[in-house]
Amino acid sequence: MSENSSVQPSLQKRRFPFRLYFEPRLEEPPRWYPVAVSLGAILFALIIGGILIKLAGGDPIRSYIHIAEASFGSVGVLSDTIVKATPILLTSLACSIAFRMRLWNIGAEGQFIMGAFGASAIVLTPVLPANTPAWIFIPVMILAGMLAGALWGLIPGLLKAFFNVNEIISSLMMNYIAIAWVNFWVFAVWTEGGFQMTRQFPKNAWLPRLLDYAKAIPLFRGLTTHLGLVLGIVAAVILWFIIYRSRWGYEIRLIGDNPRAAQYAGINITRNVVLVMMLSGALAGLGGMSEVTGVVHRLQTSPVAAGYGFTGIIVAWLAKLNPLVAILVSILFGALILAGREIQPSGVPKMIQGVILVCLIASDFLLRYRIRVVRTGEES
Amino acid sequence: MQAIINILQAGVASGTVLLFASLGEIIAERSGVMNLGVEGMMLIGAMSAYSVAVKTGSPWLGVLVAILAAGLISQIHAYITITLHADQVVSGLALTFLGAGISLVLGEGLSKAGTVSLLASFSVPLLSQIPFLGPIFFKDQNVMVYIGYLFIPLAWYFINRTRPGMHLRAVGEYPAAADALGINVFRLRYFYVFVGGLLAGLAGATISLAVSPGWFSELTTGGQGWIAVGLVIFAQWNPVRAAVGSYTFGALRRLILDIQGPTLLLGFPNPFYYNPYWGFFLQMIPYAFTIIVLVIGSREAMRKRLGAPAALGTPYVRGERGL
Repeated sequence: MSENSSVQPSLQKRRFPFRLYFEPRLEEPPRWYPVAVSLGAILFALIIGGILIKLAGGDPIRSYIHIAEASFGSVGVLSDTIVKATPILLTSLACSIAFRMRLWNIGAEGQFIMGAFGASAIVLTPVLPANTPAWIFIPVMILAGMLAGALWGLIPGLLKAFFNVNEIISSLMMNYIAIAWVNFWVFAVWTEGGFQMTRQFPKNAWLPRLLDYAKAIPLFRGLTTHLGLVLGIVAAVILWFIIYRSRWGYEIRLIGDNPRAAQYAGINITRNVVLVMMLSGALAGLGGMSEVTGVVHRLQTSPVAAGYGFTGIIVAWLAKLNPLVAILVSILFGALILAGREIQPSGVPKMIQGVILVCLIASDFLLRYRIRVVRTGEES
Repeated sequence: MQAIINILQAGVASGTVLLFASLGEIIAERSGVMNLGVEGMMLIGAMSAYSVAVKTGSPWLGVLVAILAAGLISQIHAYITITLHADQVVSGLALTFLGAGISLVLGEGLSKAGTVSLLASFSVPLLSQIPFLGPIFFKDQNVMVYIGYLFIPLAWYFINRTRPGMHLRAVGEYPAAADALGINVFRLRYFYVFVGGLLAGLAGATISLAVSPGWFSELTTGGQGWIAVGLVIFAQWNPVRAAVGSYTFGALRRLILDIQGPTLLLGFPNPFYYNPYWGFFLQMIPYAFTIIVLVIGSREAMRKRLGAPAALGTPYVRGERGL
């Protein structure tokens, strides 16, 4: 034992009969292992969340049962859950592509709001007359929303690429600017009778919902799931192909894993920073467009700027930046947000999201290191 | 003239919040740990300070609990990044979410709490008589503002002129060398992340018990934690520059609030008074200004080849090749 002391003096305190060693994992863990670790982390987070709810004077078990019932209990609420999941899916895709390059775009919230603004501008300016058929209206609004979001992502992208400005802070500051900008238009220009909202969009500018087909298929009566879900899933599949099956995606992953190697390989990092920030912004903007044309049907700050951009960060991380996994995870978080609206105290969903993210990040350790338990006696 | 003095005086008070937060972040980052959770820690601080002050009637007890609570929650980030070697950016973000969530849950109903005794304000005799500067810095200022004045030279002296400060810098610049000299890199990083948390908590308490009293959920901080993180880059990890930046920002925030009040501005009808919606553009200014300040700071750093502490953002793993 005295020999060891010279090697590792900091581990000398022998209070326990065994000791934990952390060894870097050299081999790939089995496929089920990361999934099990993530699930374990979520379970652990729910337990901690429960303790915190208890401390705040709530009933944790009733809260969780309520969340499950109020979000998956029937076809109707399941549909509502999916409606909540749609914007989260699109913002999480926005975060996935940027984070894959280790480009920390946390401005998805602002890009989301700007996407909603861009789409609304088509109706409210009006760029297209109110009686435009839906098959023209909706594609134009999709383009406008993605363009506005891309523009909002472009600004921090250019600043990062050419002035080396920290994109975390610049993209976050753009969130606040976006909210003030949209508020100005909602309050000062497009207000309906002085209220904090614009007039409702004409029906042909709404994304089609399941309940629109209730006459043909009675099962769809009252279901508000809208076309945004399809947009989100299509975007997820395309993004998966870009990241894992295209040359561009390879470049993005290489820059993320090892920027120096990427530079030596002749990859243009500056150009990729700008492009990825634009793509990320466009995806978030699509989310904003889908929310405003599929759910709210008018431009109004509070239901649009509800923090979907931030939830997207957590979902992207939980899905290990895999767009297809993000579809499933965003449905879980949609449930959390939907059911959380009625839970007291009202900050509970936000807090649980925070606890989950903390536990997830901590659990990543188990993927990179192996824990070996050594009895103190054996060692000498 | 009096109007300018009033704005600058209030600006110093509101800049004190940014001062505490950015000083804390400078100290944590100097040790090599970037903590993006400032906003979350400030929310925890603001909520617990106000809540304790409401329940006990003692604002100082509130401040104490606030700094301890924020310091405590900063240790989650410390554990995840220092011991578990996780990415500091993501962990800091997570801390922001966690801090915001916990303070929303525990602060439920606090906004409707009754009156609360706040931290005292007073004038410094003699100093407040200095023309122009006296009323700005030393007249009717909150006790927190004066504490802020003390912290600027203290932080600078500690970092640049003392032995523990040298260890702090060594741990942030070249942890492997510091380790070889027998400095406990892990313990020091934990400690300075804790100090950063204490100061963020103090910043939060300064908001809720002095500068703009009350608890308004996430609007209490309104992104000031992030502005503080941006200021650190502008300040190039120097407490004195951070102070200049903080007070400038504070004055800007006040100017934006005050400019919408008068009917006349420089003898002309005040456009912001007659078109209140233009206020939304005024609201953008601090955030746009943060971006501009970042551009200036980043360009200057590139030109002078100044940079962040060399080990900022990288976990120290013993035995692995340092830097």
